[in-house]
Amino acid sequence: MTNANLSVEMDSSAAVNIFQDAVFIEELRTQMLKFAKLQVRDNQLAEDAVQEAMISAYQNIDRFARQAAFKTWVFSILKNKIIDLLRKEKRHTAASQLEDGPNLSGEALIEHLFEENGHWQKDERPKKWDQPEHGVENEHFWRIFDACLDALPAKYGRLFMMREFLEMDTPEICHNEDVSISSLNVTLYRARLRLRECLEDHWFQKEKS
Amino acid sequence: MIKCKQATQMLSEKLDRPLSAKEKINLTMHTAICTPCRQFGKQMETIRGLSKSYTKAKKPDEK
Repeated sequence: MTNANLSVEMDSSAAVNIFQDAVFIEELRTQMLKFAKLQVRDNQLAEDAVQEAMISAYQNIDRFARQAAFKTWVFSILKNKIIDLLRKEKRHTAASQLEDGPNLSGEALIEHLFEENGHWQKDERPKKWDQPEHGVENEHFWRIFDACLDALPAKYGRLFMMREFLEMDTPEICHNEDVSISSLNVTLYRARLRLRECLEDHWFQKEKS
Repeated sequence: MIKCKQATQMLSEKLDRPLSAKEKINLTMHTAICTPCRQFGKQMETIRGLSKSYTKAKKPDEK
């Protein structure tokens, strides 16, 4: 921890505004911690990463007048810290060692969704999602999205987040996690199948009923 | 002719790797006649877009 300097003075009005909003900071911290813990299985390391991201954000606070810009920025610092940790911790929690987990996953899920002839089961066919983009503005939507992510088997969630949230490329994920390219692609497919179903059941179709 | 099971896997893998010419043809032919898979393909893009927004979610009053 080289840039950790907790005695930085509160000399910027922006800093005062953002950091004095205790509710905002606490919510942000909770969200960051959850995000980090999904990636880094060692809770202490996850908390350290969040702490460090918060401190470097604090030191640069005068650049951010708006909470939204601040949040984007602090998350991008956190992402980089997590990628660093994942590189160092390679063998520690490689996805290849994680179980697929309970619930419908893998083959069972595929069998549930598709008929033997390879076509969709009648009531599992994807329905049209109305205005999917409006979810982004809706806090309740993100709670459902979180719940759907949490419901993924550990291995699925981890690889999915590496790809979609940390935007790591295929060779890097395969190297880090000790999985083959085809196994990565199949896992991502299954993760998206589940996530899609969960979002449709709990958000996109629920709204209509 | 590919089935929905293969088509959906391709629609997901499309986000992770370039599809071969043959895969593209098969997929185009399948989605031309299969509405659920067409929806599925759109939703894969939506899920990717939503994931990108995940860490950038704005508060409702800061549109």
